[in-house]
Amino acid sequence: MTATMIENTLAERGIVVDKEGFLQQPEQWTPALGEELAASVGITMGPRHWEVVNYMRNTFLESGSAPTIRTLGAKSGVPVKELYTLFPKGPAKLAAKIGGIPKPKGCI
Amino acid sequence: MTNTLLETPEAEVAPTPITKIAIVVSKGSLEGIYPALIMANGARMEGIEAHVFFTFFGMDAITKSRMEHIEVATVGNPGLHLPTLLGALPGMGKLVTHRMQAEMAKLDIPPIPEFIQLLADSGAHLYACKASVDMFHLKREDFVDDLEAVLTVGEFYELAAGGQIIFT
Repeated sequence: MTATMIENTLAERGIVVDKEGFLQQPEQWTPALGEELAASVGITMGPRHWEVVNYMRNTFLESGSAPTIRTLGAKSGVPVKELYTLFPKGPAKLAAKIGGIPKPKGCI
Repeated sequence: MTNTLLETPEAEVAPTPITKIAIVVSKGSLEGIYPALIMANGARMEGIEAHVFFTFFGMDAITKSRMEHIEVATVGNPGLHLPTLLGALPGMGKLVTHRMQAEMAKLDIPPIPEFIQLLADSGAHLYACKASVDMFHLKREDFVDDLEAVLTVGEFYELAAGGQIIFT
């Protein structure tokens, strides 16, 4: 399912997303939705992917903002090199999308 | 009667995304180096291919013996809004640098050595400029291990083909 297709189905299911497909209401997320979102960006979720996504989501829910790539690499249990192997097109951005949180703001 | 030549509507086409950049780092001050590193990291975070070419004093950022001692320029730096004579006082460079590093730490921006490592781990390619390396009598071992190669300007241009070049 392509990114635009999934945005259309999300809208049909009443899930609020911005124009890039990031959930605006994190409480609407479920792990199954996470899998769908991952597939829409070409990622097959494995345990390491989930470690990253869960860390991103939990940090956002606890602190109100997503972690920087520096913190993600240091605290998620997955180092930066591996982050880019798991999510080649941008780990912070993709993990946020898959984890049902808004796109991270900030320059690092 | 409408003049259709002047009123031709423009097709709504989204601009082509950037997929590759090559950044030149030519300055050796803290404020001269950080923008390049932020841009390189920002590119990698968007999945953009990034090549970073360090030349002249920019090479300090990847030179093992110098990368921990990079300072803000406090003299002749009008952007700092510090009178020249104050900026020239002994220790002022270190003081201003220390303050700026503290502000950056609050934003989780790493110090330069850690930032260079982050860039390398993120898949950014790091190079030194051959002309500058020769001029400063440096050797491969003087640079960080993640340095990919020492390049001539011609090799840099070949590498940058198809991408955007950013000069800092």
